[in-house]
Amino acid sequence: MASDVREPDRADALAEMHVVWVTAGLSCDGDTVAMTAATNPSLEDLVLGALPGVPRLVLHNPLLAYQNGDEFLAILRRAAAGELGPYLLVFEGSVPDESLAGEGCWAGLGVDPATGQPVPTCTWIDRLAANAWAVVAAGTCATYGGIHAMAGNPTGSRGLADYLGWTWRSKADVPIVCVPGCPIQPDNFMEVLVYLLRQAAGRAPMIPLDEALRPRWLFAETVHEVCDRGGYYEQADFTEEYGRKPCIVKLGCWGPVVQCNVPKRGWMNGIGGCPNVGGVCIGCTMPGFPDKFQPFMDEPPGAHMSTSAVVTYGRTVRALRQFTLASMNREPDWRSPGKGDLPADVPESERPERDSGR
Amino acid sequence: MTAGDGGLVDLSWDPITRIIGSLGIHTRIDFANRQVVECRSTSSIFRGYSVMMRGKDPRDAHFITSRICGICGDNHATCAVYAQNMAFSVQPPRLADWIVNLGEAAEYMFDHNLFQDNLVGVDFCEQMVRETNPGVLALAERTPAPRADRHGHRTVADIMRALNPFTGPLYREALEMSRVAREMFCLMEGRHVHPSTLYPGGVGTVPSVQLFTEYLVRLSRYMDFLKRIVPLHDDLFDFFYEALPGYEAVGQRRVLLGCWGAFQDPAACDYRYETMSEWGRRMSVTPGIVIDGELLTTDLVEINLGIRILLGSSFYDDWQEGETFVRADPLGNPVDQRHPWNQTTHPKPQKRDLEGRYTWVMSPRWYDRRSGEYLALDSGGGPLARLWVTALAGLVDIGYVKATGGGIEITLPRTASSPETRFEWRIPRWSNTLERNRARTYFQAYAAAAALHFVERALDEVHAGHTKTWEPFTVPTDGIGCGFHEAVRGLLSHHVVIRDGRIANYHPYPPTSWNASPRDSFGVPGPYEDAIQNTPLFEENGPDAFKGIDIMRTVRSFDPCLPCGVHMYLGRGREIEVRHSPTFGVVPTVEGP
Repeated sequence: MASDVREPDRADALAEMHVVWVTAGLSCDGDTVAMTAATNPSLEDLVLGALPGVPRLVLHNPLLAYQNGDEFLAILRRAAAGELGPYLLVFEGSVPDESLAGEGCWAGLGVDPATGQPVPTCTWIDRLAANAWAVVAAGTCATYGGIHAMAGNPTGSRGLADYLGWTWRSKADVPIVCVPGCPIQPDNFMEVLVYLLRQAAGRAPMIPLDEALRPRWLFAETVHEVCDRGGYYEQADFTEEYGRKPCIVKLGCWGPVVQCNVPKRGWMNGIGGCPNVGGVCIGCTMPGFPDKFQPFMDEPPGAHMSTSAVVTYGRTVRALRQFTLASMNREPDWRSPGKGDLPADVPESERPERDSGR
Repeated sequence: MTAGDGGLVDLSWDPITRIIGSLGIHTRIDFANRQVVECRSTSSIFRGYSVMMRGKDPRDAHFITSRICGICGDNHATCAVYAQNMAFSVQPPRLADWIVNLGEAAEYMFDHNLFQDNLVGVDFCEQMVRETNPGVLALAERTPAPRADRHGHRTVADIMRALNPFTGPLYREALEMSRVAREMFCLMEGRHVHPSTLYPGGVGTVPSVQLFTEYLVRLSRYMDFLKRIVPLHDDLFDFFYEALPGYEAVGQRRVLLGCWGAFQDPAACDYRYETMSEWGRRMSVTPGIVIDGELLTTDLVEINLGIRILLGSSFYDDWQEGETFVRADPLGNPVDQRHPWNQTTHPKPQKRDLEGRYTWVMSPRWYDRRSGEYLALDSGGGPLARLWVTALAGLVDIGYVKATGGGIEITLPRTASSPETRFEWRIPRWSNTLERNRARTYFQAYAAAAALHFVERALDEVHAGHTKTWEPFTVPTDGIGCGFHEAVRGLLSHHVVIRDGRIANYHPYPPTSWNASPRDSFGVPGPYEDAIQNTPLFEENGPDAFKGIDIMRTVRSFDPCLPCGVHMYLGRGREIEVRHSPTFGVVPTVEGP
């Protein structure tokens, strides 16, 4: 059998897409680090162009960059000038309010050669968003403000959509794509990148987003709906002690009112998570995070009512199930010594002799 | 680039990539003498955690402080839980401590692995060495790797090629192994990097035979990997000493190492301050301070009381005349007004004044009562201080890891493709760039060996039916607590004061606050600038194509984690006296093998 290397079917197919990743919001860089944990696909799958039909990803992220300093910034400057080729702007971290920073700035990246002062991160957002094929907000800080926008913060932080505007669209007419999570669930994020790469290549329709700009297929269900402790909840089996198997809603789990797929997907490669492995859901994917979920270790106010309501039904059905379960744990009678599977109305005298020594 | 006085050249790298967070390095270089004569470090992000945390529920501290750092957030969460346990007077069940130890061991394995071979490694990869030192690459091509039989790379240049980003097989394998280690982490702490199952009083992790078996399976794969990686890095780093005589001076500074200890021994640790000196010495990484090769102390109470937060170049108003939250520790020892328990953060944004205040970073120092000095300790990037302190103390013997006084013996048992292997780390002659990096590799083996001990102890508990992982507690109306731990990149402390059931004061001091600190009120510079100013330059490029590789290697040897400098906003460093000759001033007092 002969083999040869074929040219791409479509001469106009997008061969590669740059990703310009700015971590210089108020962030912990945890979303970049989480991204390196992904396996479906992995970072190297995308960088090496391993997936058919998906343009190769050319990554410019400060954590993994070969270049330093001005050599690295040169890439960002070329992107802003429209000289890099098509790119996705990934932004990580909260956006500070620089009007509160007096003569300084809360967040900057690189130095302006003209002034010798740091270039504010907001300036980079303005420059880079303008030419981006699409903009992705990675992590809850970037999507909705997150931990650095907590009450009492001095920096006036908020999310990217608050900064650019919720109806903002890229020059390719793509809205801001928000992938919340503190940090991002690694595969959720990579899956969104793959979707956008396929969309840019003309192989997928406009990415479907909900009203909070989240990809619909990832964030439509609640933690509770996909939690493997949901069965305990139904049976009104709630633990008041960490490290036990029953439902942990009374320990502070907000799962019933949080949109996130982690209990089903696990944290990475199917391992870990939150309530599925014994950690209360603190709502880290939600626009109301963190303030509306604090203090994290108290039972959510609504949970008290709903768990009380389920008690009568849950305990009853659990008792009935235990009764049935006990039956199901016994083999059928006829597998016992001395009992065949002959119909019950066969007289004893007509049954075969059995070895009674067992 | 601008020409400075006397033929000196100013060069800047901002941002420094392949680290966590935002850091710039600004230098003045004497190309005639191949020497950095001046260094300033900058960062440009401020977030304000200690301000946000005032008035919050003390139980939320570990959730919030985890978000300080995106690569070692769990170290913060763990340290916060240690402080909460003390403040809430709660002792978790033994199994909970083993689970936390297992999670933290996995974090060390993951983080050191990723940082060493995906971030630091690029500074030593074939592509980089070709661009900075083609003569060294040519020599590497001709140099057989002495331990080739153990790692499979024939020449040193083959090792360098394996580290090329994405195309190098070791680079890709390191990414994969970092995921294996993170899976181990997630088994114990739920999520990487902000854990979901850590709590004051214990953990929410549900213990089972399955849980620890899944950990053990991954640990054995990781140990198999390490048996190739440790000799590989020895070959790589040894080669630089041979190829570039004098390379020991790159990034060298006086031996001023601090380690705050890691891995509790649940048989000893009751989280009470009154007994902290004893249980601190029972940790599986010994806390302590090493000055010029001498072990000053291993006493966590003494370590705690010696911490001072100085100002001098920072954008804060002083709190010296302010409120004193803690006058005496629970043992009755006086607590200084400059101690984290008594610190009040008064941020005062202002223009940079290089002759005055220029940075958001404060200057943590350790007060040495004997000399009256305020010591600018560094962490050696984490592993160097951990190994050095533990070795000298000679207290650790958990079977697979044994401190011998002059070094540390680490035994990894037989795994799928390799026999039982013993590594020995010996105290080096220098606290420098290459030894910080070498220690990082050895500490991966240390963490793996320690994890094997912990997983055996955890299974003992499960087999004995001791599956409780959490102990209830009540938050006191008023109280104090402190936690001491090792973040991946070094010494970490959390101090909390509770009043009326709320956080009245909270101060985390992570390694980068120490390592990246500015000149203090006594004029003593912080470790980064100090180490870089001592650095001779071996790069073959002249000023026009200069990459600053020796400077980059030095900065990265400390494993900078800028978000960790919670209050951090480094302005440009203060002008530093121009020196024209190398200042290798320190005579090593500890001789190597």
